[in-house]
Amino acid sequence: MNASLVVVIAVLFGTGTYLLLQRTLTRIVLGVGLLGNGVNVLILATSSRAGDVPLVGRDDTTDSVPQALILTAIVIGFAITAFLLALAWRNWTIDGDDAVEDDVEDRRVAKARQRVVTDVPDHEDVTP
Amino acid sequence: MNALLGLPLALPLLGAALTIVFRSSSVQRAISFVSLLGALGASIGVLVHLAIEDDIVVSRLGGWPAAVSITLVGDRLSALMLVIAGALLVIVLAFAIGQRAADERSPFYHPAYLVLAAGIGQAFLSGDLFNLFVAFELLLMASYVLLTLEGTDAQVRSGTTYVVLNVVESMVLLTAVGLVFAATGTVSMAELPERLAELPDGVQTGLHLLLLVAFGIKAAVFPLFFWLPDAYPTAPSSVTAVFAGLLTKVGIYCMIRVETLLFPGQGSTLLLWIAGLTMLIGVFGAVSHVEMKRILSFHIVSQIGYMVMGIGIGTELALAATVFYLVHHIPVKASLFLVQGLVERETGSTALDDVGGLARRSGPLAVLFLVPALSLAGLPPFSGFLAKFGLARAGFDAGQHVVVVAALLASLFTLVSMTKIWMAMFWGDPYPDVAEGRVGVLRHHPLMSSTTALVIVGTVAVALVAGPLFDYCTGAAAQLIDPGIYRAAVLGS
Repeated sequence: MNASLVVVIAVLFGTGTYLLLQRTLTRIVLGVGLLGNGVNVLILATSSRAGDVPLVGRDDTTDSVPQALILTAIVIGFAITAFLLALAWRNWTIDGDDAVEDDVEDRRVAKARQRVVTDVPDHEDVTP
Repeated sequence: MNALLGLPLALPLLGAALTIVFRSSSVQRAISFVSLLGALGASIGVLVHLAIEDDIVVSRLGGWPAAVSITLVGDRLSALMLVIAGALLVIVLAFAIGQRAADERSPFYHPAYLVLAAGIGQAFLSGDLFNLFVAFELLLMASYVLLTLEGTDAQVRSGTTYVVLNVVESMVLLTAVGLVFAATGTVSMAELPERLAELPDGVQTGLHLLLLVAFGIKAAVFPLFFWLPDAYPTAPSSVTAVFAGLLTKVGIYCMIRVETLLFPGQGSTLLLWIAGLTMLIGVFGAVSHVEMKRILSFHIVSQIGYMVMGIGIGTELALAATVFYLVHHIPVKASLFLVQGLVERETGSTALDDVGGLARRSGPLAVLFLVPALSLAGLPPFSGFLAKFGLARAGFDAGQHVVVVAALLASLFTLVSMTKIWMAMFWGDPYPDVAEGRVGVLRHHPLMSSTTALVIVGTVAVALVAGPLFDYCTGAAAQLIDPGIYRAAVLGS
């Protein structure tokens, strides 16, 4: 594995993770893409030295299994990116933005902790 | 026998392809049932064979030699999981049709459901890590679609978290697979134990932790569970039932494989800590929430802790109890979500504040809730008691008293939160008062109620046949605890 590939992998993982931590869904999609490519380069780097070819019958052949793995991973990554984009678009048509929202129920429970509430509600005070 | 092994994977995939072509609702349903029943039949065939013969069935796709082929491996654990999953998938599909919800009528429901079934089947059968990754992607992709099929605001919001979290999980898993391949030159689970053992300790620990994080996110263990109680409640109850019953259990299944086959006995202390915290944090979440779906979702997390505890203890008895726990947990959890679907259909809500007096309104519905609820809490004579008894016994035998106390404590709080649901929703005066336009979900939706009852009968049956079933589970544990058996079966000795 040569040093430049290591740097590329590190940069892809770093930027990908940074983008994943953002609130905006489009940035998350970009982060997923970068991270996915980081993983692909990582697997490629494990296959053999740069410049070797995946051909049978030569001395300096590279292992072709990682390349098969990457090919599968690329196809899967493509599908997931497409789905995430569709989700982002749907989010935009509903909300007008593509920020990832907080969990409403969690916030409700967190607020309820601040007031004094009984855990088991009784319905006697409610007139149906 | 070896040819049967491909069917739980191939038939649903074929069915999925056909249901994309044929958009008519009745044709889609027929295709779904035929392919799922075929897959179930094949799984039962393998299970019966393994129950009699006690060996491991191996199928090499395309007939390539062991080192390069895609290998499907069915041992006692995988066969049992396949049968339970297959049966649950068929029954819940009937429930979904009976529910007459918007999502089942979508032309994409059946293809997604069948791909999910294929992914689950492949995950249980995969003989190498990379195919396991592909299986995860199959079932995750299908689960993304099922979770967000209606495209409502809440579904998109929680679906986003779910998708992004699982994409990260996939990346971690793929990185782990790549690094395992880099370190050992293989991804075959039969060859890996030997080659991993030769690696330096630090490398082993690193690979082990990466795999544990990936499967831990999938299984929703502490501290990686936070996505689950957010994502599951927004889906329709039929979808949630399958997710709750099967998806986290695929994660547990993979953890069993990692801990018994790849890194035997190395993560014991860590897993016991995770188990204790998962059980307690999960059940405290359940106690603090006031909405039925949320409470049940937190219970999934809590129950996962019990299975991790069995894996962490790692003795043969503990593994047998873990497998038994899986068998008990899948139908119980699924049936609770199905009952929740019935309650929602009956009253229009599942918030504890909004519903009351269901027992007076519909006695059978109360019974349908009570049986799996008590089973989940672990009260005798239900299956949950036997499963927890096995785990506690294994824990005491191994001298792990602290985690057993945590488990019993979690069990108590499970009962507390179930009592909370029971008191708020089932006892008292009927509320909301619908004496006039009485819904009567059990009469008006016979398919929904009969399928729910069927799953609950299944949970009771687990308790009734516990003796032979536990013998089978002990056999499964015996296969798990010696990686040599797996290796010999796959590679040929």
